[in-house]
Amino acid sequence: MELQFYHVLIPFLPLVGFIVNILIGKEVTRYGAHWPGVLTVAGSWVCSLFTLRDVLAGHTIDADLYSWIVSGTFKVSVGFLIDPLTAVMLIVVTTCATLIHIYSIGYMHGDTGYYRFFAYLNLFTFCMLMLVMGNNFLLLYFGWEGVGLCSYFLIGYYFNKKSAADAGKKAFIVNRFGDFGFGIGVFMVFIAFGTLHYADVFGNVSSIAGQRVDFLGFTVDLPTLIALLLFCGAVGKSAQIPLHVWLPDAMEGPTPVSALIHAATMVTAGVFMVARCNPIFNLSPFAMDTVAIIGAATSLFAATIAITQNDIKRIIAYSTCSHLGLMFLACGVGAYAAGIFHLYTHAFFKALLFLAAGSVIHAVHTNDIQEMGGLKKYMPITYAVFIIAALSAAGVPGFSGFFSKDEIIWSAYASHSSVGKLVWLMGTAVAFFTPLYTFRLIFLTFHGTYRGGHHAEAHGHAVTHSAHAHPAPHTSGHGAHDAGHGSHDPGHDTHGSGHNTHAAGHGAQGSHHGEHHIHESPKIMTVPLMFLAVGAVAAGWVGIPPILGGGAHFAHFLEPVLGHPEFHGTHAEEWAVMGLSTTIALLGIGLAAFFYLRKTDLPKKLAEQFSMLYRISFRKYYVDELYHYTIVKPTLWIANSVLVAITDAKIIEGIVNGVPGAIGRFSQSLRKIQTGIVEHYGIFMAAGAVFILALLYFMR
Amino acid sequence: MIQQAFFAYFAFAITVLALVVITRKNPIHSVAWMLLLFFHIAALYLFLNAEFLAAVQVIVYAGGILVLFLFAVLLVNVREEMRISRFIGAGAAGFTFAVGLLVVVLMALRSFIAAPPGMYTIEHIQQETNAIALGKVLYTEFLYPFEITSLILLVAIIGAIVLAKKGLRG
Amino acid sequence: MVPLSWYMVLSVIVFAIGVFGFLSRRNVILMFMSIELMLNGVNINLIALSHYLQDLRGQILAFFVIAVAAAEAAIGLAIVIALFRNKATAHVDDVKELRG
Repeated sequence: MELQFYHVLIPFLPLVGFIVNILIGKEVTRYGAHWPGVLTVAGSWVCSLFTLRDVLAGHTIDADLYSWIVSGTFKVSVGFLIDPLTAVMLIVVTTCATLIHIYSIGYMHGDTGYYRFFAYLNLFTFCMLMLVMGNNFLLLYFGWEGVGLCSYFLIGYYFNKKSAADAGKKAFIVNRFGDFGFGIGVFMVFIAFGTLHYADVFGNVSSIAGQRVDFLGFTVDLPTLIALLLFCGAVGKSAQIPLHVWLPDAMEGPTPVSALIHAATMVTAGVFMVARCNPIFNLSPFAMDTVAIIGAATSLFAATIAITQNDIKRIIAYSTCSHLGLMFLACGVGAYAAGIFHLYTHAFFKALLFLAAGSVIHAVHTNDIQEMGGLKKYMPITYAVFIIAALSAAGVPGFSGFFSKDEIIWSAYASHSSVGKLVWLMGTAVAFFTPLYTFRLIFLTFHGTYRGGHHAEAHGHAVTHSAHAHPAPHTSGHGAHDAGHGSHDPGHDTHGSGHNTHAAGHGAQGSHHGEHHIHESPKIMTVPLMFLAVGAVAAGWVGIPPILGGGAHFAHFLEPVLGHPEFHGTHAEEWAVMGLSTTIALLGIGLAAFFYLRKTDLPKKLAEQFSMLYRISFRKYYVDELYHYTIVKPTLWIANSVLVAITDAKIIEGIVNGVPGAIGRFSQSLRKIQTGIVEHYGIFMAAGAVFILALLYFMR
Repeated sequence: MIQQAFFAYFAFAITVLALVVITRKNPIHSVAWMLLLFFHIAALYLFLNAEFLAAVQVIVYAGGILVLFLFAVLLVNVREEMRISRFIGAGAAGFTFAVGLLVVVLMALRSFIAAPPGMYTIEHIQQETNAIALGKVLYTEFLYPFEITSLILLVAIIGAIVLAKKGLRG
Repeated sequence: MVPLSWYMVLSVIVFAIGVFGFLSRRNVILMFMSIELMLNGVNINLIALSHYLQDLRGQILAFFVIAVAAAEAAIGLAIVIALFRNKATAHVDDVKELRG
């Protein structure tokens, strides 16, 4: 099958939306910026459905659009590879992107940077689609860096807020470390294979098996080296230990961004890349074990942090870290299909969790769950979808998260991997913590009594955008509220919010966000939530394992790309593993209910009892502090005392100021020649002509 | 022999007239002597079988450019011109370098090697007449330069008007 | 028969006289006339070469030189007029705007 026009449209439609909004957004589209934004992404979604149909019909397309770089033996094209893996990613990316774009219409309503937001979101979608559709490593790298750039733009979207700008920088810089390794990995692929084209690389992958190369003075196994370097990039992009620190801070961005980029799509690029490069990883058991261990460790590590956090978005961010760890765990034991399956289900329930959290933030204007509570009766839809997402994330049987998580845990148990049993234990532990922190979040947010409201004056900024005067901003019949309450402005993605500077001129009539003002979000936000909720429940039904009477269609679909891992285990064992993880998950929910519904004073007592453990978890294992003292401080010290004080002040400025000074003094003496009389210049010209002619004549 | 005699006369006359032109105090005299110089040069062109260019020399230089110079000279206060030195302070340096140039180029001339002769022999040109032969080359091989030259003249006309017209520039 | 070198020597002499005039005269109009002298020196050379090498392209070049000389004279004298209007002088050493 040839490349069809709708295949090409998939990535380039969002690019069109980006170009339209970035060029004329400020003047023309403005608060209608969602039209180009949403329509182009929805168009991509439709094209993706057609593409899925083609792939289901058995077509695989690998076609070049045009030659990008040709230099000697180095040839790279802009070309697309459309196979089952790509098709899955396309569906995940475009579905989530479309729903989140729609949600953003309500969430970003009235923001001054409305057009900018949609432009960046479209650019991100374009880069992400290029990443998943590219047929060579350079295009993958292009998309990889492109999504990183958009992530930076969008984390720092409220660039007037220092913490947001810092978080953007942090994400970008931390990703540099990973991408550095990834870049070298791509170079190594080129050195080893002489091409970057997937089909040529993976077709000849056996040629490098067992080769050893000299790298930085060590003789290392070539497949291991390439796999680990590529995995470096995945560690950075997918926020795994030790480069996970940027993801929680990335929550400074608007919530739709967190949902799209930092949960559903971009952060899963690392998993996608590892799965895409599975022929290389398969050659190196050591690299596979590393992937599995890092994934499992991150998963457990992030889950334990999430239990004690109080910021609603950070909890979900750590949950994302944890789930990404599970996906790497699956890839590490060779069950790539299970990893991609979890990627696929995770995209739905995690995007839903984030968007529902955004809906909550939209209503109460704070991120701190200690100031929420009892929201169940005000926000029934949000509550319902939140519960669905949490059940899915917790792995309760029947929900999509259950099938993927169970497949990962079973794969870990049954694989031939040498670390299989270890990571299985860690994964099972995660299965306990995930429901615990998720339901802690739900119970603190939606149950009990409302604990906010006493910070009302701090939220005065929320009304300052009422100057935008949007007619009937809420379609769900809350017009009456708007009068006393101003418009909703998404600047409430703040912690402690009083320092929000992007809202100019704090309204004098500081509105009171008391309990009775909390209300459900508008339909433009809740409808995408409901669609995602359907996905969170049903998306996993395509991959029901045979033991539960399903056909494991998902794994079979991906088999041509990802292969079929060999398991050793009996049906009895499979039932036992599944039963254990499910029981543990239900136990986690029960424990959360016990702590936060029944004995609400118990968590505090426990925290005091085990203050050491509590503090370690609460301070996120002091990783940020560790990096601050081992990397940031020394770097700043070198920058200030060596680079600024010596290199910059003495050497560079010495050259920069010295050269013009010398030229200036020389010119001062030359000034005397400039008499302003034309003939003097003429005489110099003639003298020069005579001199040159004489020189030519005598030097002949 | 008679040719050498003619050339000797014209060469001598041209050299002397050129020196006279640039050394007159009164610019009007310079222009007048220059008219005579141009006629001599035109005669030299006739010697070289370039009748058309001889005619152009007389018409354009003597008839056009010199009249322009005459107009410009009328601006000059001749009385003041007669009073002050005709050369600038650095005139001696100018003389030195002009002589230096002369010497260097004359030395270089000794090593001149002529290219092989082309197809336009004297008989050929006489048979075709100089103007026709010239026109054929001008309008075929040199058509584009010819057109560009016309453009340069147009620009010069407009430029001269813009520069000389009072009040056009604000 | 007059040798080619005689013409060339003559042309160099005329050119050098033009250079001398250009470099030493105080009056701008005389400077322009010196330039015309230089151009005529070149033209003599071109036409002599054209004759002796039996190639008409020399005459064509001389033709272009005359055309450009006409343009240059028109522009140059317009500048003289503009200069005279602004500075009431035609002497180069009275104009020192370019002094460094």
